[in-house]
Order: sequence, then structure tokens, then C-alpha cells
Amino acid sequence: MLELKNLCFGVESEDSTKEIIRDVSFTVPDEKFVVITGPNGGGKSTLARLIMGIEKPSAGRIYLNGEDITELGITERAKLGISFALQQPVRFKGIHVVDLLRLASGNQKLSVSDACEYLSAVGLCARDYINREVNASLSGGEMKRIEIATVLARGTTLSVFDEPEAGIDLWSFQSLIQVFENMQKRSHASILIISHQERILEIADSIILIADGQVRGQGSKEEMLPELMKSTVPVTCNRILEGGVKNAD
Amino acid sequence: MLTEIQKQLLKEIADLHKVPEGAYNIRANGAAAGRNSTANIEISSKTDKPGIDIRIKPGTKNESVHIPVVLSESGLKEIVYNDFFVGDDCDVVIVAGCGISNCGDQDSAHDGVHCFYIGKNAKVKYVEKHYGEGTGRGKRIMNPRTEVNLGEGSSMEMEMVQIKGVDDTKRDTVAKLEKGARLVVHERLLTHGDQKAESGYTVELNGENSSADVVSRSVAKEQSYQIYRSRIVGNALSNGHTECDAIIMDKARVVAIPELEANDLDSALVHEAAIGKIAGDQIIKLMTLGLTEAEAEEQIINGFLR
Repeated sequence: MLELKNLCFGVESEDSTKEIIRDVSFTVPDEKFVVITGPNGGGKSTLARLIMGIEKPSAGRIYLNGEDITELGITERAKLGISFALQQPVRFKGIHVVDLLRLASGNQKLSVSDACEYLSAVGLCARDYINREVNASLSGGEMKRIEIATVLARGTTLSVFDEPEAGIDLWSFQSLIQVFENMQKRSHASILIISHQERILEIADSIILIADGQVRGQGSKEEMLPELMKSTVPVTCNRILEGGVKNAD
Repeated sequence: MLTEIQKQLLKEIADLHKVPEGAYNIRANGAAAGRNSTANIEISSKTDKPGIDIRIKPGTKNESVHIPVVLSESGLKEIVYNDFFVGDDCDVVIVAGCGISNCGDQDSAHDGVHCFYIGKNAKVKYVEKHYGEGTGRGKRIMNPRTEVNLGEGSSMEMEMVQIKGVDDTKRDTVAKLEKGARLVVHERLLTHGDQKAESGYTVELNGENSSADVVSRSVAKEQSYQIYRSRIVGNALSNGHTECDAIIMDKARVVAIPELEANDLDSALVHEAAIGKIAGDQIIKLMTLGLTEAEAEEQIINGFLR
């Protein structure tokens, strides 16, 4: 279980401090699928970075399974069981996809066939990718899927995804959703996703609306979805039309 | 007989755990320590200067030659001339390399001058590894000079590796390509401490449809200094590409000087050079997988120099 209590984060400029996150509190319970949504620039990605320890809050506390992790670094949080799929995956010259999956799984002897399963799960034809370099030769969509595969390989209790759907044009949306559903089946696994996609909002256990660095609404999807649709907050909900997305593989 | 130190050096530079199969010549502390010629590959000593001639019969395929050099005596300095005559239609692997272990206070140096004469349609893979170790104040110095003459339709792939331990190196490589010939160079270099490494390539694309791809990946740590020069000259319808990609760390300095010269309307030449520190988001990504900052850095460098 992840708990954020009165979290604040600001960026200092020459003469003032710009508050990016303002007194945010919420909980991601075990085995729950929570989606954070809200307008661009509202502080969603910053929240994810605060949870992973990439940024340090100016005030407030973060608890993982009851333990205060506010002062812990990225590595320590990763070891305690937080995974993070970045919005813009990072490329590495010379590092192969299988290397990344081995590092993620924490098992340097992870077999190629086991590594391939993670790739297949995200809709990549594993044989074609396993020995590719994670470099500029991969497209944005391919990078996003590999990023999700590294989170699968980690198999931690909390997985945070920052806009996992962005850039995945051809991949059947259903497969992406299935990945999240399968992850959730693991005992005590909870998932926190930042997303604008209605299809992802629809499978959430609860939805948190973040705008201007604050929690503007929180509740079950039944409560939140109708609110979001008529919200005065300029929330972008891209509707994915049935049949409008094609299977890549 | 090779000493344990020399055996260790051989392992580092040529992945050799025992006497290699096929043709070989092992030079240890300035003297021959073993040689084997085969039916197709003949190795003989030069009579006018130190060094060997390696003659590979036309049509020799899937054979290899190992010519490692090891120095374990402090203060030893040598210049060695090795000439390779590769016959037409060959397909061979040549593994050279030099390891210096200097525990004394005098400089040890090995300057290898290699000349390749590669016949028509022959294919050569050349691997040259440099390695230095030892606790003495004496420097470990290597100044290799390589000259490559690629005949019509031939190709050569050169893997030039120097990872740590060599204090001072000046590498000079010159290649001349005839019609349809192709040269691929993959250089990997890591310097640390107060090391200095200078590497220069001049590739002349003289024949129609000749092509070259010269790529250097290097990491400079601590106070080390690297200069990389790569010059490609297009004298005919040809394709040339050179790339220098360097990671800089600590107080190291790197200079990259790519140079292109097109003397023919149909020569297409490209150069790329990039120097920078390890990207912060690369470290962060690997840390989110549970690696420490130091482990992340090591993975990034190992991958980069792969």
C-alpha cells in the first residue's frame, strides 16, 4: 500500500517558488488499480517522480506498506518494491533489450526464453527484439513497450506507469489493458497509472483527478467518470473508438 | 616457457588460455616464445629488422593467425615490423595485441608497425587489443602504426580495443582502398588516471564503389586525455562514414577531429562526433531497476564499449 500525506513540491526560481504539487494526499491500496488523470501541466508526472524518489518533496511524507520512505533514494525505493515506467523511455547505446530485462528482473542468468515472455506479453515479437540495442533504432512505440516489459520483469508490489499508452499507436489497446489486468492478479500487486485514456479509466478501481498540483476529485470510476465528462477542468479524455485501433501482430 | 604474468597478459589480449590452434607467433620480452606455421599460413622472421612476415596462400578460408606480444620486463623498448600478405579470395581472422606488465620504474614500450597487403576479394577480420598492468612507476607505452592496402573487392573489419592500463598511446592507421573494397573499423577505448591516448585514421577511397565506416566509442575517466582524428578522402565514386562517440567523466578531456575530403563529385562522405557526460536520465532509469548509481554507471559504460 502506498500512502501520500500532505505532499508538496516546488521549484525555486530567482525571486519566487513555483508550487507544482500542493498538499496532495491519497492512498493506493493493495491489489488496487488507481488511475491519476488531469490536464497537462497539472503535476501528474511530478507526482510519479516524487513517488519513485527522483524528486524530493518540500513537505509531506510518503509511506510504502507503512514504512516512511520519504528520505530514501531511488535505488532503495526500487529495492523495497516500487517500479516505474517512464513517460519517455531512455535509450542506451550498446545495451541490449535482454540486458535491460536481466537487470530489471534482478537475475543476471534470466534465460532468453523467460526474457522473451516479458516481450511477448507487451506485444513484441520477442525473437526480433531480444538482442537489439536499446538505441535510436527503436521507434517510440517499441521503446514504450520495452519500458513496460522492464516493469513486468521487476514483478514488484507497486508499479507506476506514466502515460503508458502514449506513442503506442498500432498495438491493440486490449493487449495493453490485459497486461495491467494480469499484473493485478499477482497477490498484493497495486498499480498506479497516469493516463488520459478513457479505456484505461474504465478499468480503474479508483480515479484521482489532479489539476494545478492539487487533488480535485477522487473516487470510484462510477463516481468519477460522469464527473470528468462534464468537468469544467479542461481534462482531455481521448476516446478510443472501437475498431479504430488495429492489432500490430 | 611463458611466465604466469605473461600467460595472464595473453589471456587479456587474445583470450588465449593455452597455445592457440592454427598459425601463431608469440613474442615475449623481445624474443620469439613460440611459432607455428600451417600448410596455408607461413610465418617467417624478417632478416633486416625485428618482426615477421605472414604469408597467407590464396583461397585460404576459415583459418586464423594469432600474433600476440607480451612484455613483462621493465624498461624494455622495441619496434617490431610485421607484414601480412593475404592472398586472393582468402577468408581469415588475424588476432594481434599487446600486453605490458610493468612493475618497475622504467618505461616499457612496444611500437608495432603492421602492414597489410590484402588480395582481390579476400576477407579479413583483424582484432588488436592493448592491455597494460603493473604497479611500477614506469609507463606502459604503445604506439602502433597500421597500414592497410585493400585490393579489388576485398574487405577488412578491424576491431581496435584498448581498455585501461596503457599510459601513453599514439595510434596511427592509414588505409587505401581499391575498386569495390570495404573497410570497417570499430575502435573502443577507455582511459583513466593520467593516461593519454591519441588515435588517428586516414582512409583513402581510391577505387570506384569503395566504402569505409570508421567508428570510435571511447570513455575518458579521471584526468585522462584523448585525441581522435579521422580523415576520409573520397577520390572516386565512394561512400565514407566516420563517427566518434565519447563519454567524458571527472576531469578528463576529449578532442574529436573528424575530417572529410571529397575529390570526386560522386563521393558521399558523412561524419558525426558527439562528446558528453553520461545522461542523467540513463542513470535514473537503471536506478529505478534497483541498481546503485555506481552500478548504473558501470552498466552504461560496459554497454557503450561493447
